[in-house]
Amino acid sequence: MSALARRATRPSAYALALAVAATVVVPVVYVVLGGFRTTGQVAAQPVALPDPWVFANYEEVLRSGSFWRQVGTSLLIALLATAATVALGAGAAFGLSRYAFRGREALFTYFTLGLLFPVGVGILPLYLLLRQLGLLDNPVGVALPEAAFGLPITIVVLRPFMRAIPGELEDAAAMDGCSRIGFFWRILLPLSAPALVTVSILAFVTSWNAYLLPLLVLNDPGGWTLPLGVANWSTQYTQDTSKILAFTALSMLPALLFFVLAERRIVGGLTGAVKG
Amino acid sequence: MPGRKHAELALFVGPALVVYSMFVLLPIGLAFWYAMYRWNGIGPLTDFVGLDNYRRALQDPAFLGSIRHNAIIIVLSLTLQLPLALGLAVLLNARLRGRALLRTVVFAPFVLSEVITGVIWLLILQPDGLADRTLQAVGLGGLVQLWLADREIVLYTMFVVITWKYIGFAIILFLAGLQGIPRELAEAAEVDGASKPRVFRHITVPLLGPTIRVWAFLSIIGSLQLFDLIWIMTLGGPANASSTMATYMVDRGFRRYQFGYGSAVAVILFLISFGVSLAYQRLVLRRDTAGALTRMAG
Repeated sequence: MSALARRATRPSAYALALAVAATVVVPVVYVVLGGFRTTGQVAAQPVALPDPWVFANYEEVLRSGSFWRQVGTSLLIALLATAATVALGAGAAFGLSRYAFRGREALFTYFTLGLLFPVGVGILPLYLLLRQLGLLDNPVGVALPEAAFGLPITIVVLRPFMRAIPGELEDAAAMDGCSRIGFFWRILLPLSAPALVTVSILAFVTSWNAYLLPLLVLNDPGGWTLPLGVANWSTQYTQDTSKILAFTALSMLPALLFFVLAERRIVGGLTGAVKG
Repeated sequence: MPGRKHAELALFVGPALVVYSMFVLLPIGLAFWYAMYRWNGIGPLTDFVGLDNYRRALQDPAFLGSIRHNAIIIVLSLTLQLPLALGLAVLLNARLRGRALLRTVVFAPFVLSEVITGVIWLLILQPDGLADRTLQAVGLGGLVQLWLADREIVLYTMFVVITWKYIGFAIILFLAGLQGIPRELAEAAEVDGASKPRVFRHITVPLLGPTIRVWAFLSIIGSLQLFDLIWIMTLGGPANASSTMATYMVDRGFRRYQFGYGSAVAVILFLISFGVSLAYQRLVLRRDTAGALTRMAG
């Protein structure tokens, strides 16, 4: 397969690359362009450029309060979840990396257990638990469990990073009268910034895209996140394909925009998180 | 000052410990407990049935089918996605014009939510939709199927969608691994007369071993918890033909209010996942380093 790199096979390599790109791009473009058609046009000529271009679908979505409300709710929950994941995870990783105490490794293993099974497994009891705590139909009821789900990977990424920061730095800080907490806050956290960005992006994207937990916790349509809105919109307008296309295209936008802006961070973070 | 040290530790580790224990591990424990009752989720737990829920689940063809579907997805991922991703990673590692853009494009579906991916493909695959039209346009109209409504096909259709969504992640991982392999190695082998395929087989793949093994682990865990895409596109249907353990669990628990029974299903899913993970850690990842798990993510 590495023969593809050879000069003689260049044209076929480009053809293959083009085919791969098309497989990814065509569905996305189909959705975006489809939003500019009427449903009749979508059925009649799904491939060509819209003729004429129709703006009513996008207008309707952008004018509907529900789209913006869902964007707002998704943003709120994702920010809450990210803040909680990073705050709790950084604290735990600090304690587990820069304090010597009995049972430290056992405690670390306890946190990593969450990587060995799908977190969705406990969703039925979790739902009942949230109901008992009065957290149903509450953004916190989504954000807090999401933070908990994200803790194992966050701690696993942050701990070696914090561990690698030289002990001399800590000794020097202590000599200058800096407490452990001051060291954590003023020296260790700023030095850990790259790893913190990685885990933040992971937490944010996971929360932004989440479906099952919000589906169960948020019953009131007024408090829905964007994925719930997309899913509902697509069942509500089964006969009106172009409306689904417009709504879906607009809800893709934030994720794709975020991806284009932070691609190197996301890719670097993911490969770093997995490869070590 | 041991007292102060412990207070600091409690301050740093305590909150994470509480939140994690409460929302990740406690629900698993509760599932073991609820699984012993017949219960609709409301009112006290009184109708103790022992292991009956487990017996029922393991005798239900629909649930056994779900387990089989999860297994099929795992096998397909390892046998089809892996070579495809490896090939594409090698392709993207070559010096092609527009390589950076191509990488971005290939990875993009990974950041799209499962819901959006599901809705997009639902529209494309509907009868006489974009997929059917494209096939007809290139003269393959005879291949047109009821992609999501045919019981024989739906699971494989879902596998294609899953591959579209997740293969970018594998490619990006393998690319990072490829870049860690010194070019001199392949060049030296070629000087010694090894063909390109042999270099790939005997140098590239073995050196990518650790990356491949970690990807396979993540892929297995991901396949075991497969839910969102299926739920959006088929609800596990038609007639359970695309159900997974997770869709079966949510269907019984939340749509039929069988919380005891659903919890038994959750416990089975937990035991299978946990067992597979531990076995994989011990038998496969141990070759790479002693602390395979921490290496995996750290």
